[in-house]
Amino acid sequence: MSNEKSCCCSADSCCSMESITPYDKNDEWVTGEIHTPKGGVPVVSTNLHFKDTLGAWKVRWGIGRMDYKISPGLYAIGKPDHTSPVLVSANYKLTFDALRKELSGLDCWILILDTKGINVWCAAGKGTFGTDELVGRILKTGLSGIVSHRKLVLPQLGAPGVSAYEVTKQTGFSVVYGPVRAKDIKAFLNSGFKATEEMRTVKFTMWDRLVLTPVELVTAAKSSLMVFGVLFLINLFATRSFGLADFIAYTGAVVTGTVITPLLLPVIPGRAFAWKGWLLGLLWTLGFIWFSGWFVPGFLLLAIGYLLVLPSLSAFLAMNFTGSSTYTSFSGVIKEMKIAVPLIALSSAAGIVLVLIKSL
Amino acid sequence: MKHRYLKNVATLRLSVEKCIGCGRCAEVCPHRVFSVNEKKAQIEDKDRCMECGACAKNCPANAITVDTGVGCAAAVIMGWLTGSEPSCDCSQGEGCC
Repeated sequence: MSNEKSCCCSADSCCSMESITPYDKNDEWVTGEIHTPKGGVPVVSTNLHFKDTLGAWKVRWGIGRMDYKISPGLYAIGKPDHTSPVLVSANYKLTFDALRKELSGLDCWILILDTKGINVWCAAGKGTFGTDELVGRILKTGLSGIVSHRKLVLPQLGAPGVSAYEVTKQTGFSVVYGPVRAKDIKAFLNSGFKATEEMRTVKFTMWDRLVLTPVELVTAAKSSLMVFGVLFLINLFATRSFGLADFIAYTGAVVTGTVITPLLLPVIPGRAFAWKGWLLGLLWTLGFIWFSGWFVPGFLLLAIGYLLVLPSLSAFLAMNFTGSSTYTSFSGVIKEMKIAVPLIALSSAAGIVLVLIKSL
Repeated sequence: MKHRYLKNVATLRLSVEKCIGCGRCAEVCPHRVFSVNEKKAQIEDKDRCMECGACAKNCPANAITVDTGVGCAAAVIMGWLTGSEPSCDCSQGEGCC
């Protein structure tokens, strides 16, 4: 057999030693490579570049969101050695960036699991950030030959997918659950792996909610194109055509359900998301109808129609925000939906009939 | 402002007899549902539970049960439409998680 190894890279840049983790040398966030007994490991920058910020902005607006990922495997921060801590995370680039930017000045290893480009918490819920993937990734990277200790730091939100005692049984590595948020990692490591109650509690601040709303809005806008298409067709033979006022009324209801309700979530009375959305949708619709002067006999049918349709639309969109929230249970969502979905359907159907009667 | 979801719906159960007081449940719970006193865990406030299943998954004594599932209406609707289990599968570009 020949001693020559086949190599994909061109002559000079050819790797002297195979890397444990495949990576693109053109990626700005890789600053070098560190050698370990098991092979090369890419060293990662703790600074975010313009490209990272732009990438984050794009996925927040739903552009290429399902394909924003890095190779799973082992990465290095600073100059880690066999005593350095091992942090485990997901291969969603947004997650990876949020983690590495908090690690400046540290020497540690990052073990990235293959979560198919999904964040830690959602992937844990699906099981891709899970016991089997973690155990497999420890074996594939040869981690036990790279570090001499037997301890892994997992994000606390990985816990729904990972059984800590199973991992220990199968690999000998013990699992410590770190803080919920990456920004607390330094404090956690410096205090000897102690997380405060505050670090362990999931929040859902107005900012947390705000960054989630663009995707909601974009998704609703895409479905709205169909609505606009249908209204355009109706306009071809309608006695009262749908115009700017109708467009504003509709758009307001969409924004109320996808943006305003999420932002004001905890201050809106009640608990069910659909209720909160309906309430704000009703306020919007009442306000708009009053402003448009539709509370007159000639427009009453239209006004009542819109009062049945638009708040229901806001309710439906707000209900869908349960999936983005950090505190709704499956049982709770089912209970909410069993009441809300039939009401939304009935109210919308009745409202659409009234609006069409007025228009046709 | 504290977020509160529907009352008396969570399916969380803790068997105090089986509990060995290791404290894992209190460690992993994202909504601080558990506390551990005198080597026994107890449920502080069940209405805060979002049924993520972290506690049950990490309980070495099998003392905790909870019906886990995605608290996501879009996923439930997809489940109804396709006749499958609701899963938080956002690969269709759905605005979920």
